[in-house]
Amino acid sequence: MRVRFDPRAVVFAISGLACLASAQAQTSAPPASATVKFAYLALATKRILPLSYLDQPPTDDGIQGARLGLADDETTGRFIHQAYHLTEAIEPDAAAVLAAFKSLAAAGQKLFVTDLPADLLLQIADLPEAKDATLLDATAQDDGLRAGGCRANVLHLLPSRAMLADALMQYLAVKKWRNILLVGGPDPGDKAYAEAIRHAAAKFQIHIVADKPWTYDPGARRTDTGHYAIEAEVARFTQGIDYDVLVVADEGDNFGDDLSYRATDPRPVAGTQGLVPSAWARPFEQWGGTQLQSRFLKQAARWMTDRDYGAWMAVRAVGEAAAHGSSTDPQAIAGFLRSPDFELAAFKGARLSFRSWDGQLRQPVLLADARSLVSVSPQPGFLHQFSELDTLGVDQPESSCHLK
Amino acid sequence: MPSEMTAARARLAAPLLIALLCAARPALAERLLVSNEKDNTITVVDGKSLAVIKTVPVGARPRGIILSKDGKSLYICTSDADHIEELDLASLTVTRTLPSGPDPETFTISPDGKYLYVSNENDNRVSVVDIAEARITSEIAVGVEPEGMGISPDGKTLVNTSETTSMAHFIDTASHEVTANVLVDSRPRVAKWTADAAQVWVSSEVGGSVSVIDAATHQVVKKIRFAIPGVATESIQPVGIALTGDRKTAFVALGPANRVAVVDAQTFEVRKYLLVGQRVWQLAFSPDEQRLYTTNGVSNDMSVIDVPALKVTKSVPVGRLPWGVVVAP
Repeated sequence: MRVRFDPRAVVFAISGLACLASAQAQTSAPPASATVKFAYLALATKRILPLSYLDQPPTDDGIQGARLGLADDETTGRFIHQAYHLTEAIEPDAAAVLAAFKSLAAAGQKLFVTDLPADLLLQIADLPEAKDATLLDATAQDDGLRAGGCRANVLHLLPSRAMLADALMQYLAVKKWRNILLVGGPDPGDKAYAEAIRHAAAKFQIHIVADKPWTYDPGARRTDTGHYAIEAEVARFTQGIDYDVLVVADEGDNFGDDLSYRATDPRPVAGTQGLVPSAWARPFEQWGGTQLQSRFLKQAARWMTDRDYGAWMAVRAVGEAAAHGSSTDPQAIAGFLRSPDFELAAFKGARLSFRSWDGQLRQPVLLADARSLVSVSPQPGFLHQFSELDTLGVDQPESSCHLK
Repeated sequence: MPSEMTAARARLAAPLLIALLCAARPALAERLLVSNEKDNTITVVDGKSLAVIKTVPVGARPRGIILSKDGKSLYICTSDADHIEELDLASLTVTRTLPSGPDPETFTISPDGKYLYVSNENDNRVSVVDIAEARITSEIAVGVEPEGMGISPDGKTLVNTSETTSMAHFIDTASHEVTANVLVDSRPRVAKWTADAAQVWVSSEVGGSVSVIDAATHQVVKKIRFAIPGVATESIQPVGIALTGDRKTAFVALGPANRVAVVDAQTFEVRKYLLVGQRVWQLAFSPDEQRLYTTNGVSNDMSVIDVPALKVTKSVPVGRLPWGVVVAP
C-alpha cells in the first residue's frame, strides 16, 4: 500500500489555525481543526491502446480528479477549521486491494473513494469490515451495481450506462431520429452498453431497425492501404438497412471510430463514439465548467476524463457533507450525504444529490463529440413528478434495488 | 461588433443621429451600459428612447462592469485579457487599463471611489486595485472561484462569495483580514448589502436560494426559495439581486427560469414573478428606481421593468451573451 504524505494538508491545517484567532469572535468553532480522514482505493488497470493514436490513455486518471477535489475541499475547510487527509492506495491486483482495504479499515478508516471494477467493489462492500463504511464508487458504470447488486454502503458518482443510454435516446427522440442501427462489440462492457441502449430505446420509443454484432478484425489496419479494407467492410456491413443514426457500443475504442463516413448511407454515429453521452467532455465549458477544466489542466497537464470527474465529485461530495453537516465524523458525513439537505454543485447548472433507492447520483448527462458540446440531457419536455433528472436511468418505481 | 449599429442605423437613422449628438453632452437622460461577454463589446443604450447609441469594442470577455464614483468612467473586467479597462463615458473610448490579477470576473468599488476589489476566479484571490495609481496594492486569499463582491455602505466591510467553497467571506477592508465565513447554498454568485447596512443578500445559483445574512451577527436569518408553476426547480438559478433603497422590495434574477422574482424585503415573501428574456443574469435600477434593467444572456437582449407597476414593458436587443448592466446618470 502506498500512502502519500500530502504537505498541503499541513499547510492548510496551519493556516486554518492561524485564522482561528480572528474568526473565533464570530463563530463557535471547535478549538482546533478537526480532520476528515478518507481513502482513495483503486485497482491499477492496465490500459489498452485505443484505435486512435491521438488519445493515449493516461496512467493516472481517477486519482488526479481526487487530488483536485481534495485541494477544493481543503480551501473550504480552512475557513471552517476542517482539515482533510486522503490516503492513496492504488494496488496492482485484487488481492492487494482487499488487503489494503482491510488494513485501512482496521486503522479506523470509514470513508472510501473507490476506483474498482464491479465484482471487486461488491467483494469489498460485503466484507464484515465494510459494514459501517461508506464506499463512494467514483468510476463504475454498471447497471447491475444499481439493481440487484446494489449495496446500502455504496454510493455511485458517475452516471450508469442506463443513464447514458437514456440521455442519448431522449436526444434522438427530440430530433425525431427514431430509427437506429445498433452495432455492438464483443467485450462484456460493449454488451452491457448495447443492452442499456436496447432498454432505453424501448423506453423512449426509438426503433432498432437492425441489431448487429461487430466481428470484423482488420488485422494490421495501420499498414499502408488498410483504410480500403475498413471502408469496404463498413459499407458492406451497413448496406440495405434504412436507419437514421448508427449507435455503436464499443467501450474500449476498438472499432467505433472506424464507422463514421464509411457507411453506405450518410448517417451520423452516436454512442461510445461520435456523439457520446458522458459525465464530462473536453469541449464542455458551460456553467463555469471552464474553471474546472483549467484548474485540472494546470494540475495534471492533460484533459479531465470521466473517471477523474467521478473521483473529483466523490471527494467534493465528502467535503460538502462535512462542511454543510458541520462535522468531520465519518458517520455524520455518511448520513448527510444521503440526507435531503445534501447538494453537490458539479458545474452542470443543477444541484446533484443521491437517489435514495439505489445510491446513484442524479445528474445531467452531456452529449458531445470530440470538438463540441451538442446538448445536455434531460431534454426539455421530458417531465417528471419529482425531478427531471430522474428521467435518466432507473427510476424508483422500476428499481430492482432493495437496499439493506 | 457593428451589427447592432448597422441595424439600428437602418431603422432609426434620424433619432439615432440625435441620440449620437446628445451623447456627447453630459447631464442628459440616463444611459445604459451592457457588457457583452461573447462579442467583446459594451453596448451603450439611451435610457429614454432605448435606442443603441454606440457599440464600443473592448478587451476579451467583458463581464463585470461598474461606474466610477464621479460617474465619468466605466470600469470593465475584461476576463480573458486579464485586466480592467476604463471606458471614458464622454468620448466612449477605452482610455486606460488597470491591473486586476488573473481572470477578473467581477468587482466592486470602495465608497470613496479609490479602490476596486476584484475577484480573480482562477486564482482563489481578491485583488485590491488602487485606481489612481493603477496598481494592485494587496491580495486577499479566499475560497475556490471567488465571484460576487459587495461592499458595505461605510466601506469597512467587503463581502466576497466563493462559488465552489459555497461561502460568503466577510473581509475587513482596513486589515484585509477575513473576519467571518458564512456557509450558504451551492454556487453563491452575488452579494448585495441593504442600504441601511443591516443585511447582506447572497444568491446561490445552484442551490436555488437567496440567503439573507445579518451583517452584525453573520447568521443566515432567512433562506428565500422560489417555486414557479410549470418551471423545473433545477432551472431556478438565482443570480442578480437589486434592493430598493427603502429596503421594501427586492428583485432577484432567476437565470434560466427566465423570470425576475419580486420579493417583499421585509417579510421575505415572493410577491410575483416577471417573465423576462432568457437566462436573466444581472439587474440595475434607474437612479430614481422607477425602472429596472435586466441582462438576458441567451436571448441577447435587455428587459425593461416598470418598477411601480411591476410590469415588463420592453426588450432591447444588445450584443451576444450580455452579462452586466450599469446605469450612468
